[in-house]
Formats: sequence, C-alpha cells, structure tokens
Amino acid sequence: MISRMLDGVPRRARALLGLLLAVLLIAPLVVNPYILSILILVLYFAYTGQAWNVMMGFAGQLSLGHSLYVGVGAYAAAAIYTHYGIGPWAGIWASIAISVLCGLFIGFLAFRFGISGVYFALLTIAFAEFTRVGFDHFPWVNGSGGLFLPVEEYASNDPLNLRGAPVMFYYFLLAITVLAFLFCRWLLTGRIGYYWLAIREEPEAAQTLGINVFRYKMLAVAISAGMTALGGVFYAFYYNNLFPEQIFSMSRSIELILGPIIGGIGSLFGPILGAFVLTVLAEGLSEIMVTLGYDIPGFKQVFYGICLLLVIVYLPHGIWPPLRKRLGLESKP
Amino acid sequence: MPIELIANVAVQGILTGLVYGLMALGLSVIFGVVRVVNFAHGEMMTIASYAAIVAFGAWNIDPLLAMVPIAVILFAIGYVLQKALINPFINRPEHSQFILLAAVAIIIANTLLMIFGPDSRNVLVDYALDSLQIGPLLVDKVRVITAGFACLIAAGLFAFFKFTRTGRAIRACADNHLGALVVGLDVKKLYALTFGIGSACVGAAGAMMTLLIDVTPNVGPVFTLQAFVIVIVGGLGSMPGALLGGVLIGLSEALAGLFFVPSAKSMFAVAILILVLLFRPQGLLGRKI
Repeated sequence: MISRMLDGVPRRARALLGLLLAVLLIAPLVVNPYILSILILVLYFAYTGQAWNVMMGFAGQLSLGHSLYVGVGAYAAAAIYTHYGIGPWAGIWASIAISVLCGLFIGFLAFRFGISGVYFALLTIAFAEFTRVGFDHFPWVNGSGGLFLPVEEYASNDPLNLRGAPVMFYYFLLAITVLAFLFCRWLLTGRIGYYWLAIREEPEAAQTLGINVFRYKMLAVAISAGMTALGGVFYAFYYNNLFPEQIFSMSRSIELILGPIIGGIGSLFGPILGAFVLTVLAEGLSEIMVTLGYDIPGFKQVFYGICLLLVIVYLPHGIWPPLRKRLGLESKP
Repeated sequence: MPIELIANVAVQGILTGLVYGLMALGLSVIFGVVRVVNFAHGEMMTIASYAAIVAFGAWNIDPLLAMVPIAVILFAIGYVLQKALINPFINRPEHSQFILLAAVAIIIANTLLMIFGPDSRNVLVDYALDSLQIGPLLVDKVRVITAGFACLIAAGLFAFFKFTRTGRAIRACADNHLGALVVGLDVKKLYALTFGIGSACVGAAGAMMTLLIDVTPNVGPVFTLQAFVIVIVGGLGSMPGALLGGVLIGLSEALAGLFFVPSAKSMFAVAILILVLLFRPQGLLGRKI
C-alpha cells in the first residue's frame, strides 16, 4: 500500500514534502500568536479544500454548498457537548455520520433523477440555504441566537475535550491535513481514484466500461461530506461560537473552494498551496491596510475577487500545475 | 384568520412576485441564449438599486424615472462583461465559468460595501405609504405600480424577441448555435447583446426594488439564488415561465410570512425549488430536456 502511494513520486518531491512537514511541525515554537492564528486558518482551509477537492477535483461533481457539511458537523459535535457533556472525540462520529447522511441524501436525489452540472451545483446551494434557515429556527441549538461553547481558562490544555490554547488546535489541524493528504493520495492511486477520473472525464464512457457511476459518485459525496464535517468540528471548538447565518452562508462555501481552485483543482498539493497563498496574501494585505490607516471593510474581499479573476483567466488549472513543472516535480506515470 | 387578510397578503405577494419575475427574466434570457449561468445576477441588481438610491438622494429623482437610465447603464455593463470576460470562456468547463462570475460578484458586492458601507438603505418616496382600495382589498400603491411596470417591460421584451430581426437572430443562436454560425450570424456580438438585455431587465427590477425592500451591499447572493429558484421553477429559457415562477415565489413568501415566521420564508422558496428539480426538472413551463 505504501509503495503504491510512493510510486512515481520524484525523490525531490518527497524531500520537499518532508521539509515542509518539518517546518510546519516546529513553526509554533518560533512564531508569535498572530502568525500562529494565520497558520491555523491556512491549515483549516487546506484541509476543507482537500475535502471539497475529492468531490469536484476527483469525481467532477461541483458542490457550491459545502458550508452545509461544515455547519452540520460543527453543530452536531458542539450541541452534543453543550447539552450532554459528551466530548468531541465521541461527537466527531456523530458529526461525520450526520454529514455523510446529508451528503448521501442530496447525492441520491440528484444522481437518481439525473441532475448534473449547473443544476447539481444549484441543488447543493439550495440545500445549504434550506439548512441555514432551518437552523435559524431550531431551538435545540438556540436558533439564530447562536450556540456558544463554554470557554475556560487557556492555562491548561485539555485535548480530550478539545479545550485549550490555539497551539493545540494547530497540531490537530496539521495532523488531519497530513492524514487527508495521504488518504487522498491513497484514493487516487487505487481503483476508486481511476474510476473517479473516468467519471469526471466521460461519465457515459465510464458507464459503458461497467463502472457503477451512481455508486462511485455517491462514494465521492460521502467521503467529501464526512471529511468536511471533521473540519467543522475543529472550527466549532476553536471559535467556540456558531451562528447559522455565518457558518451555513453561501460566502463560506465559496471561501472554502477558493483555495483548491487557485491552487489547482484535482491536484493533491493544490488545495494546500492555494490555502497558503490566499490566506497569507489576504492577511498580509489587511495588515498593511491597517498599518496605513485604511481599514475599509470589503477591501480584502475585492482583492480576493481580483486574485480569483486573474487566476481563472490566466491560469485555468491553478497555480500548482505550472509551478510543479517549473520545479521539476512532475510525477512519472 | 379572516379571509380578507389572506387575500390581501396573497395579492401583495403576487405583485411583488412580478418584480421578482422581471429580475429572473434577465437571468432566464441570458442562460437561455448564452448558456452561461450568471452567478453575479443579484450583484448586478444591487448596482442598479444603489444607483437608484444615489439618484434619489442626490437629485430627488423618482426610482421609476431613474429606472430608464439605470437600465441603459446596466445594459452597457452587461454588454462589456460578456464581450470582454465571458465570450473567451464560452467553451470552458462550467465550473470555470461559475468561478469567473463568482469572482465578478465578489468584486461588485465588496466594492459597493467599500463605497456605501454595510447599512441597509431604501428609497422613501412621498407615495410610499399610499394604498389603493380595490373592492374588499387594500393594496400598496407602489406594489401595483412596480408590478405594472414589470409586466410592461416583460411585454416589450416578448415583442422584441418575437417581432424584430435582432430578436429572432438571438433566438436562432439559442435554438441552434452551429446553425446560427453557418447562416452567418455574429454570434459573439449577439451574445453580448443578450447579456446586455438581461442586465437591463435586472437593472430595471433593481431600481424598482428600492421601493419594496431595504438593500445592503451583500444582499446579492440572496437575489441570485432567488432568481435561480424562479427561473428553474418556471422553466429555464421560458419567458412566461420566469414571470409565473416569480409570482409563485412571491406568493409563497408572502403566505409563509403570514402563516409561519417571516424569517422562514426563503425556506419555502428553496423547498419549492427542490421539489421542482426532483419531479419536473425542466420547470413548470419549460420544454422537456
């Protein structure tokens, strides 16, 4: 299994990945809390971007409603914790299960009724919006008033209940990002990955070859939804407050997919690179604006929009594929 | 609950729905011809709304009058957008087109935010609170007027597509892209024209919308989604369908606001969308896919 995952990966790429991991491992020891908070954001977007990429990049199903899975995952674990005191490590499984069920439900409706392309994307938005308004009127999680997790002193870390300092979240997020990366590599190099690519490129030809297109699309949705839900759990316990208006909003769904699109849809390293580039650029820019005394709301987003526009016009496959070529890291077949 | 109240609310909903229908008509025309989903539709509407608010605030121009130059401006924006950005993307995959327009939407919404700030605004004309007594019904005057204009503009658009040479040429592009190229139509130019016309519709609707609702810079996605719901419910590419869908959604929102809580109203619109997508994906008046 391990040899399969390493097959065709140039030695230089392995070395660089190892180096990157080492840098990320020691980073919290040397950086200040502000940089650490940015790195946490980078990892969060890298992880959720990777999860979205499974559905869009691998299986070719455009979801514009991934905030649904983030939100459902975050709410499930947080509500179980605040109501019953059941810790997040048990709650995670509930989060993943509910989120996967949501994904399977949407996937079943869409794929059974032959909804694809733009219509599928709209259906994902519609379900996310539906859920947002639903949670606004869901008293068990305090509706639009928001759900708050009890916040204690940050003096001691309590990893069992995910209560503690940002550095703890940093290492957890780093762990799941690395695991997601390896998991996706494993998926892509196996039978499932090849089936997905076939479905993405030519669904009819894939069907003709005997691939059960319906089943493998459903698998992509389930894996993507489950992975995204896990990101949502960490979101909930890191920020300690959840509002349907924010977590399920359409702009969150879009924010989540910007990283993989800018980095390179369908590539494994694209979501990580995209998350890093976008977050660092945006944070750096707003820092400069604040220092210069131009703290105008909306400026950061306009910048996001322009970046997105430039990338999609001039680098339709994202930054990573051309960069990979430049660095000589193309994997051999 | 008294039947007069329900009838009143229903009529208000239908009238508002006609303005929604005009907005959605713009989206329907664009998708029906260019086959590109305009994810910046709601944001284009907010541009028009803010233009109407500025015109009223600075020169006291009634939005119903300002609607005309605003529609012209939006036509120009749409034309240029299609010509410069979207035409090169015609043969790109759907997700590329989506991202392009999503980027445009983000830029528009946040530029408005930078200029006007996050507060909600509307236009208060002196007849804003007048109402008309029609039999047992009491209807807001602005709703009757805006619905009337929406129908008028829609009728003009029908006539344009039915009777003028350009309108017929655009329909030819929609029906058979290759055929249109073969007979020598300048398809790219007609696409730009179509995008302009669709934008002009949403421009007129956006100007009128300031009389009916409060506008904030980030209201765009809500209306983009609203327009999609309407167009898909009515049938993509069907012009009467867009108006019918608008009326249905307006009605469902008004009644949901009356029988449940007003803030849950968009849930019903989305629920209608999900049902239509599943059981009649071509929409109520759409042709079989």
